[in-house]
Amino acid sequence: MKKKTRRDFIKISAIGVGGLALANPVLDWVPSFLPKEKTPIDESKAERTPTICEVCFWNCAAFAYKGADGKVQKIIGNDSDLHSTGRLCPRGTGGVGMLYDKDRLKKPLMRVGAPGSQTFKEVSWDEALDYVAKKTKEVGEKYGYESIALLDHGTTAHHFEHLFKSFGSDNTAEPAIAQCLGAREAGFINTYGAGIGSPEPTDLRNSKCLVLIGSHIGENMHNGIVQDMSIGIDRGMTVITVDPRFSTAASKSKYWLPIKPATDLALLLAWMHVLIYEDLYDKKYVEQYTYGFDDLKNHVKKYTPEWAFTKTDIAPDLIRKTAREMANASPAVAIHPGRHTAWYGDDTQRTRAIAILNALLGSWGKKGGYYFPEKIHVPHYPTPHYPEPKWTWKDITKDKYKGAFTGVTNILIDASLPDTKLKHKIKAWYITATNLIQSIPDQEKTKKAIQNMEFIVVVDTMPSEITGYADVVLPECTYLERYDYLRTTRHKEPQIALRMPAVKPMYESKPGWWIAREIGLRLGLEKYYPWKDLEEVLDWQLKQVGTSLEEMKKIGVKTFDREEALFLEDGEEYFFNTNTGKIELYSTDLDAMGYDPMPVFKEHPQPEDGFYRLIYGRVPMHTFGRTINNRFLNDLRSENHLWVNPKVAKLLYLEPGQEVWLRNQDGVVSSYPVKVRITERIRFDSVYLPHGFGNKAKQMKTAYGKGAADWELITKVLIDDVTGGTGMRSNFVEILTDNPNNEEVKA
Amino acid sequence: MRYAMAMDTKKCVGCSDCVVACQTENNVPHGYCRDWIVENVDGTYPELHLEIRSERCNHCGDAPCVRTCPTGASHIIEGGIVKVTHDECIGCGACIQACPYEARYFHPEGYVDKCTFCDHRVAKGQDTACVSVCPTRCLTFGDLDDPNSPVSKLLKSRKWKVNAPEAGTKPQVYFLI
Repeated sequence: MKKKTRRDFIKISAIGVGGLALANPVLDWVPSFLPKEKTPIDESKAERTPTICEVCFWNCAAFAYKGADGKVQKIIGNDSDLHSTGRLCPRGTGGVGMLYDKDRLKKPLMRVGAPGSQTFKEVSWDEALDYVAKKTKEVGEKYGYESIALLDHGTTAHHFEHLFKSFGSDNTAEPAIAQCLGAREAGFINTYGAGIGSPEPTDLRNSKCLVLIGSHIGENMHNGIVQDMSIGIDRGMTVITVDPRFSTAASKSKYWLPIKPATDLALLLAWMHVLIYEDLYDKKYVEQYTYGFDDLKNHVKKYTPEWAFTKTDIAPDLIRKTAREMANASPAVAIHPGRHTAWYGDDTQRTRAIAILNALLGSWGKKGGYYFPEKIHVPHYPTPHYPEPKWTWKDITKDKYKGAFTGVTNILIDASLPDTKLKHKIKAWYITATNLIQSIPDQEKTKKAIQNMEFIVVVDTMPSEITGYADVVLPECTYLERYDYLRTTRHKEPQIALRMPAVKPMYESKPGWWIAREIGLRLGLEKYYPWKDLEEVLDWQLKQVGTSLEEMKKIGVKTFDREEALFLEDGEEYFFNTNTGKIELYSTDLDAMGYDPMPVFKEHPQPEDGFYRLIYGRVPMHTFGRTINNRFLNDLRSENHLWVNPKVAKLLYLEPGQEVWLRNQDGVVSSYPVKVRITERIRFDSVYLPHGFGNKAKQMKTAYGKGAADWELITKVLIDDVTGGTGMRSNFVEILTDNPNNEEVKA
Repeated sequence: MRYAMAMDTKKCVGCSDCVVACQTENNVPHGYCRDWIVENVDGTYPELHLEIRSERCNHCGDAPCVRTCPTGASHIIEGGIVKVTHDECIGCGACIQACPYEARYFHPEGYVDKCTFCDHRVAKGQDTACVSVCPTRCLTFGDLDDPNSPVSKLLKSRKWKVNAPEAGTKPQVYFLI
């Protein structure tokens, strides 16, 4: 049986030492539910509907194609779309698996058991919405509407943000900021007066040199960036990858710098030292556009490559050589800002160092470096002014995390704890499209906050762990079944993109805009909803920018002319949105707030004997835990493996494929075992565990219990002092070969 | 006409989009695939090399599957594409044994199935599903008889290899290295 051999092959080889690692999606024999000889779709004849992918935040524009049976059969990128250039990633291509996932949330649910017990009764929409409105009013009147927090992610968030502002709360936060890119934004804002945003405005197609600091492009399928990197590689771009793991990107690199974890800032400072003291920086650019060069020069004097070697394990020669590579490519060089930047607690300072390096190389605003993205302003549908909240998240962060620029999820969770010392308290949560148990570190703390909430409502498409803690679960339909607000993201050219339903909402699921509006109407907020459905809003908005819903339904994406130039002209005068009007190598804002005005290297703890630093990351076919139950994507990767260096394996007598458990520095043990992958591709002081696996929600039948969860083991969090973000690469684990859970899997 | 595919191992990131695109294009039953990803790691830390390949039927010039097929279900069409006529296949599995690339599988409906180079798309002048979706553009499909086709040019300008050349099957999927 051929199927069988290929499967056995995977088991043996995917974990072999330097052997053949096969990511083969062949599984056991499963009866086909498809009719025999279903014919492929002829794209020129089939009905197509414009959509915007919601399988990840890249939000590629696409068309959904339906077969003769009226079901969505395939999804193809929209050629006009700058996010995807007509090519989706595996998750977008497999988006149809999200639509037809049998484990979806199907009906509104209300809790009957104890919190976390996952016992619900099915109720009507009216009953569920009436209850949500009643509880919202109760909490709002008792504690003030500000005490209700929205913890959100994804496109649906916009509908609920409007609802929240309408009833007087500005306490909204998404994990994507504090757990991911907040530090990076703060780092760049405090240098250039402008953040990075999404998609990242790096001009990799024209770069001569790309530097990745712990960013594993290709394993994170940030579509446009992956495409641009590939085009760059074709053009002979030099890639320098700094990563304790030989990532896919590292394998495409001329230089792989297997850095000792938690020492990245030392390397960045040493690179600055070389650029400045070897006179390799872009003098004209630095002189014209930057502030504080002399301070920086003095500051990095002591950060020599020889010094950095003692911290990073990267040889001084290699530090010099790579710095010279960057300088040779200047200004067509991009030190990539990264995306998940919440690592070690001094993350704003580290991303500041990346921003400064780019400035020394003159790459900001230059071809092959960073371009100036533009978006088109689409007016909001006219509604009355929102009420002024008595307090907001800013009142919590203003003294402690002065560099925070949006709500910080973990701070709102802190404000939700029963013993919180904070003056402002959160009493109820709305959660949309984020599984807080997995996305926020220290799940015990999250659970403690959950116990203290007067009321929790979850709006989502899938029954993840967090739905188990809700009092009411509202089933949202997937992106392929709904309208949403227009995508108006910034890019090389301003574009708008439309998402509309390809099929009617399945089961009793409803679009997010409808759910938010129904709650709003029940709270007496009619004046904020002067429209009947989102089509009305979209058509009005589209007409303000010279198109219409009718036109957009046909084309999906519309491109507008730019108003400003994509890049700086040579020597062009330019005013940066900082206190000095210059790129601040020396940050006057950070200085004024009492932070280091220039990044200072600080030692971080390293693992003790017997412990290994837990590094986590992505696999290209999954978006964290949210795709894990998608049958196409689960077929490709259903469980994760623990990457272990052969030296470590020898020391611990580990065999390839052996099941092990992990115990972290705080004694927390992984619920499920994970198979060992013995590989040269990782340092001996670290282990690597792809994120998103080890799912504990039993209702997600395809994903449940497969692999180990990194998020369970992230209990030690190093808070970024500037933004309040949660540094999570701070956990150390032991590898246990006997089941410490006594054969009992914790529920 | 000689259809072939060039697969650039320097660009592939192993995302498996080609696998999913093939599944949704060709209604490949759940749990099966016509193309797949292989990763090879060589070397010792920190001197390492990783090769990632997107693999599929090689549409061999000398196809052992076609030679061993007792019913003629496995056959070669224009451009050298190896196909299986489902109605003529008795599911004996001789072709599966004969293929050195493990490119064929038993379809649950009782016949043997594999990559068709998306001949239904190629006939309309489109790229195969896997080629048209690949975010890294590491796959190139075309006619080797046309010296100006992108695939011909790539094979002239780049170093390449094929899988299991010792099998003597004249495979038509080329891996750029």
